[in-house]
Amino acid sequence: MARISLQDLRHSYLDVPRTEDDWALKRMNVEWSDGGAYALLGPSGCGKTTLLSIISGLLMPTEGRVLFDGGDVTDIPPDQRNIAQVFQFPVVYDTMTVYDNLAFPLRNRGTAEVELDGKVREIAAILDLEDTLKKRASGLTADGKQKISLGRGLVRSDVNAILFDEPLTVIDPHLKWILRSKLKELHQRIGTTMIYVTHDQTEALTFADQVVVMHEGTVVQIGTPVDLFERPKHTFVGHFIGSPGMNVLPCTLEGATPYFDGVPVPTEHPAPGNGGTERLEIGVRPEFVSFAEDGIPVEIVRFSDAGRYQIVELRHGEHLIKLLAPEGAALPSETAHVRFDPAHTRIYADGWMMG
Amino acid sequence: MRKVVWLAPTLYILFLMLPIYWLLNMSFKTTNEILGAFTLWPQEFTLDNYVKIFTDPTWYNGYFNSLTYVLINTSISVSVALPAAYAFSRYRFLGDKHLFFWLLTNRMAPPAVFALPFFQLYSAVNLFDTHIAVALAHCLFNIPLAVWILEGFMSGVPKELDETAYVDGYSFWRFFLRIFLPTIAAGVGVAAFFCFMFSWVELLLAKTLTSVAAKPIAATMTRTASTAGYELGLLAAAGSLTIVPGAFVIYFVRNYIAKGFALGRV
Amino acid sequence: MTNKKAYPKAWLFVLPVVALVAFNALIPLMTVVNYSVQETFGNNVFFWEGVKWFEQVLNSERFHASLLRQLTFTGIILSIEVPLGIAIALTMPTRGIWVSVCLVLMALPLLIPWNVVGAMWNIFALPEIGLLGQIINGMGFDYNFTQQPLSAWFTTILMDVWHWTSLVVLLAYAGLQSIPDAYYQAAKIDGASGWAVFRYIQLPKMKRVLTIAILLRFMDSFMIYTEPFVLTGGGPGNTTTFLSIDLVKIALGQFDLGPAAAMSLVYFLIVLLLCWVFYTLMMRTEEQ
Repeated sequence: MARISLQDLRHSYLDVPRTEDDWALKRMNVEWSDGGAYALLGPSGCGKTTLLSIISGLLMPTEGRVLFDGGDVTDIPPDQRNIAQVFQFPVVYDTMTVYDNLAFPLRNRGTAEVELDGKVREIAAILDLEDTLKKRASGLTADGKQKISLGRGLVRSDVNAILFDEPLTVIDPHLKWILRSKLKELHQRIGTTMIYVTHDQTEALTFADQVVVMHEGTVVQIGTPVDLFERPKHTFVGHFIGSPGMNVLPCTLEGATPYFDGVPVPTEHPAPGNGGTERLEIGVRPEFVSFAEDGIPVEIVRFSDAGRYQIVELRHGEHLIKLLAPEGAALPSETAHVRFDPAHTRIYADGWMMG
Repeated sequence: MRKVVWLAPTLYILFLMLPIYWLLNMSFKTTNEILGAFTLWPQEFTLDNYVKIFTDPTWYNGYFNSLTYVLINTSISVSVALPAAYAFSRYRFLGDKHLFFWLLTNRMAPPAVFALPFFQLYSAVNLFDTHIAVALAHCLFNIPLAVWILEGFMSGVPKELDETAYVDGYSFWRFFLRIFLPTIAAGVGVAAFFCFMFSWVELLLAKTLTSVAAKPIAATMTRTASTAGYELGLLAAAGSLTIVPGAFVIYFVRNYIAKGFALGRV
Repeated sequence: MTNKKAYPKAWLFVLPVVALVAFNALIPLMTVVNYSVQETFGNNVFFWEGVKWFEQVLNSERFHASLLRQLTFTGIILSIEVPLGIAIALTMPTRGIWVSVCLVLMALPLLIPWNVVGAMWNIFALPEIGLLGQIINGMGFDYNFTQQPLSAWFTTILMDVWHWTSLVVLLAYAGLQSIPDAYYQAAKIDGASGWAVFRYIQLPKMKRVLTIAILLRFMDSFMIYTEPFVLTGGGPGNTTTFLSIDLVKIALGQFDLGPAAAMSLVYFLIVLLLCWVFYTLMMRTEEQ
């Protein structure tokens, strides 16, 4: 178990990076507390696998340091960092039995057979693999094999962190949530630091205590799922989290009040002084948009029934605004007005939240 | 230790190049020098051997003959293998599995077993000493190989592609030529490569079925070797020239060599 | 590809293939079978002889000797070429320009006409004027492949290794390339040694390719004719006369149709049988 720190980390896959775009990971400082359950969330190509590989030691960062409990491990190879990694598709040693698979890391370290037998059986029990210990690993289903992968990481009692790289990708949908619950249960039981990379927000939000959202090589926000939902620090976070995502509309500032296309939009989180030349936007979630007598004039484009609520798409000029209405609520026919809840309306400059 | 690993392929390649170098070395020497002294490179460099080959019809015709029947064989083998491979890949029909297996067993047939029967067969149909005879004879081994390779590639193409084309109104042949073939272009290349390779290198059947008109270069060379003046320099030059087409072909398919092995049947 | 459409007319697609292969396979085979059970003294007059030729072949010492030589030869070259091929494939570069260079140079021996291979090695190994001959004699050995059986065997085997190992290398290399990186990464994390990586990851994943490689090399070496024939002519004496060489001598050299035909069938059957055994053994180890 360890506290992991990334200091001034920056990585490029090119030998000579020139522009900012050449860096796969932009400069970052991140702390992962001991025993935390983290999700590393972001779209494909945002750098999450790169970051994971740097933490596990499979990749050497171009700049910066990786620290485990304060000790510099940047130059130390993976097997000496005592981490475990579960990959996107199950990686098992086909020719060995499940037992031998689980025992493999311990045998490589020269652990005595008597000692490792206990450990293997203990982990097999936790992962419900006891019945299969004598079977050949290649004969198991995909989720069984992923459990073996996970097990190989758990058998080492001194494991510092377990890293998951989109581990449920090849698992059947109806088995996904069983495995997810198992992972959560595992975390509560063992308490090891776990970092779970995914592009699926549901997985992230249900597994993690803290979510690290990444976008184009930068960590845009770290926070609890509630934080991310209610106080998205970046328009990307607002957009990516929640379904449907946050509405982002261009605005102008007059004094402290934002104006959308000439209509004032009251907010409880005003901007501290005028920025100047940045791109200004208002962010508000569809949950907090409602019909009103006056406000922003819109016309209704379409609505879709999502079960317990309806998603209404509205248009103002060339901008689309989404609104969530309760199930069965009556909707205006063609044109209407909407207002945004001031408590949940925020101003963003160049994507970042102001105030 | 990691740094020294490249030593292995390097030594191996050196080992491969050594006899080839020696052949080239010989080809630029005069017979006198070859028999008289042992030298690592030609002391009296001469192009006479090559000149002889390029000017004597008996010699250069050998190359033309070989290239001719190889190209005929490759075209025939690949063309007939394509529809057959498609059938094996897409359809079930009476005896399909047995037929496929029977085709493969032909690849396991020792050419020596067929030497005499082929001689009689092709003489009987008046095809003795023709390019087409050798081309057809090589079909025995090349067609099964081509079908096997192509079927492997075709199985990798989802049937949905075919079905989409029919829904879009393509006739079968238009679909096959315009859509399907380009998709398996790598496979066609690999199949053609192996057909070329096997037909180009095979000697026994080529020699058995020809005498003068379609005599392959291989036969011309062996005839020289058995005559009383051991014209080693000439032999070496002829041999060196036979390496050229092979080198060309490999160079052109170099990107597909590993990919082709990987994608196709392995 | 489990849902193939049933389509009887598919036979039209395979008809050209069947026609060409059958023409080349069935007619000659029928001829061979025909000859193997008959005797002729010329003038196209044939007498039924039943299994006489088969008995003669199967009991002939000459055949036994050829078969033994063939089995020894195939055994030796398989045990050299397969491990060597795998070893080289393991050490080959996986990225960059050297990959192409390596592949092209290694593939070169595979595309040289077989008689040129034989002739090349002939010139290369001659004791007086060949580079190899000079080197070995220079090291103190008494080496002359035209006169000594041991030297002849040594040269023939070396030639075959030179000629065909690259096939194993290329196939093994392709097999290795198809292993996803994640396996190597997991092995690093598990602290596996280089040998463990080979034994538990690389070798199992190469099983299919290696099966093909071994099968091909076995078949082709069992049917080998041209290269040893051009190199040694089957000699000195008949010490390097393998099955095909012997068969051709009898068939085309002596025109002994009956014995040649019987030997051909026995030969073919042996190849088929051994192939089947090999194939089944390999499939069975894969099933486990």
